Amino acid sequence: MNVIEIKNLHKTYNETQVPVKAVNGIDLQIEQGEFTAIVGPSGCGKTTLMNMIGGLDQPTEGTISIDGNLLNQFKSTGLIDFRLHNIGFVFQAYNLLPVLTVKENVEFIMQLQGKSRKECEKRVDEMLESIGLKDKKHQRPNQLSGGQQQRVAVARALASKPKFILADEPTANLDSKSTSDLLDLMERLNLEENMTFIFSTHDERVMKKARRLITLEDGKIVKDVTVK
Amino acid sequence: MLARLSWRNIWRNKTRSLVVIFAIAVGLTGGIFITGMMNGMTAQQANNMINREISDIQIHHPDFLENSNPKFLINDVTETLLKIKSEPLITEASYRSKSTAMASTATKGAGVTIFGIIPLMEKKVSSISNKIVQGDYFETETKSQAIVIGEKLAHKLNAEMGKKIVVTAQALNGEMSWSLFRVVGIFKTNDTRFDEMNVFVKKEDLDKSLGIGADQANEIAIRTLSQEDAAAVAESLQSKFSELSVQSWREIKPSLIVMMTMMDQFGYWLMIIILFALVFGIINTMLMVIMERKKELGMLMSVGMNKPRVFWMIMMETTMLSLVGAAIGLMISIGLMELFGFTGINFASWADGLEAMGYSSFVYPYVTSEFYVIVTILVIITAIIASIWPTRKALKLNPAEAVRAE
Repeated sequence: MNVIEIKNLHKTYNETQVPVKAVNGIDLQIEQGEFTAIVGPSGCGKTTLMNMIGGLDQPTEGTISIDGNLLNQFKSTGLIDFRLHNIGFVFQAYNLLPVLTVKENVEFIMQLQGKSRKECEKRVDEMLESIGLKDKKHQRPNQLSGGQQQRVAVARALASKPKFILADEPTANLDSKSTSDLLDLMERLNLEENMTFIFSTHDERVMKKARRLITLEDGKIVKDVTVK
Repeated sequence: MLARLSWRNIWRNKTRSLVVIFAIAVGLTGGIFITGMMNGMTAQQANNMINREISDIQIHHPDFLENSNPKFLINDVTETLLKIKSEPLITEASYRSKSTAMASTATKGAGVTIFGIIPLMEKKVSSISNKIVQGDYFETETKSQAIVIGEKLAHKLNAEMGKKIVVTAQALNGEMSWSLFRVVGIFKTNDTRFDEMNVFVKKEDLDKSLGIGADQANEIAIRTLSQEDAAAVAESLQSKFSELSVQSWREIKPSLIVMMTMMDQFGYWLMIIILFALVFGIINTMLMVIMERKKELGMLMSVGMNKPRVFWMIMMETTMLSLVGAAIGLMISIGLMELFGFTGINFASWADGLEAMGYSSFVYPYVTSEFYVIVTILVIITAIIASIWPTRKALKLNPAEAVRAE
């Protein structure tokens, strides 16, 4: 079953002056439970594609359908609400809220979704157990290492049970040990929770772990390989 | 969650937040203290005037109000007074003869208002007996007719204790009458104009000179349990003594009410001006906050925090920051009001100028609890206004770009 279905996707910046075609006719389907990496050189359109899949940017042409819902049909407020309930984000710089504890960071999105305190606490405990940071529950992000912070960010994205997770260069700021731990964690969560992960990355280690590699060049898919 | 997040955000940059909090606290304390001083001065002026001169309620012959001629008399004043004293909420009452006159010594003269009083009764309605600085308040029996005058008039007329003063006034028969008095007491209030313009003699002496009967008077002065009761009691008395004119202090001296209302308005405008100035400081701080937290706001909007929530978070942060400053400012103000409301502030070096305007040089500042509530509401409104611009700035951020900001 396709979680994401992209048809004839185009994104052109500066349409009236010097047009730059960041995404130039992409067709793509991503199924539930995939562990996919989008790769390619700088400026190939990875980030633009990720932003459009995440509903943070509007395509110039074409459609993106998530779990049967066309993103184009949403107005600004509806799109924010759709993101809240359906898409998990993991950022390169972790982007945890420094004034909240690990527990509060993990439950933050669930609270925005309006989940009950009991439900939040249960899920936070599950997630912290899963990422191995239960003992850091009451610590603030600045008391954690970069790898631990990124694990909290993954837990935050996953806790609200989205349809899929978009991870933009999640290992760019991590050392090899932390990268390896994080990838193992995400792979395990992918298998255990059947959660779809889509990475944009330059990192060879991420590419090695991915089970599908989509290579972009000049805004087009030039290679789409499924690794068995 | 948003409230907790906003509260903790305030303390991310403690120095910056404390500067804003300090500015708000100092601004409010200054504004409230000045308002308290103005209130205290005005209220004291009103109290002094009521205690010394006009009492809470006065009763006159209706024509006496138009033309202060002593021929407009209240008859059967003893019986009237008995009826008045039986009324609830009335504590004391006294009656007086009253006329405009010329007071002269051998060398100088001055226009005055002369009150013919019954000293024992008058003591209960007027504070003049407590303001005697030389001699006494008709307590020593004298052979000649006694007069108590103000210190300012004594200087003006060169009338020292024991000196003679001739008072000339128009009698009821229209003839000019004159009487000789000897100064037995000199009073000094904190209103030099009053001290210059008013003299007191025994009622029997003034009555004899003007031809007023023993059971007649020009004015009945009444004290009520509190100043607030005066209007209602005056209304009740008016219905019982329809042939007379009954007025509360508010009607006798409407200028006092105008003054009090003006001071009230002044206080609010002063606070509005101070808060208006503070708005810019708060806006500046919050704009810095938005710029610094661009990436974080981008993340929040990306993960699904909608615009109303972003708006509320920033507005709550601004409001909490302002309210902390306001709470400190209010606490300091309440402390200062309690302290100086009890001890008073002595402006001795400006005493002459203040007393010439009828103000006491000793000020007991105060503000009403209603004022504190309104100031708190004004602070909240200020915070909301101050948060509009930074919030708009935050809402205009593109989450995809903001999340990558350095």
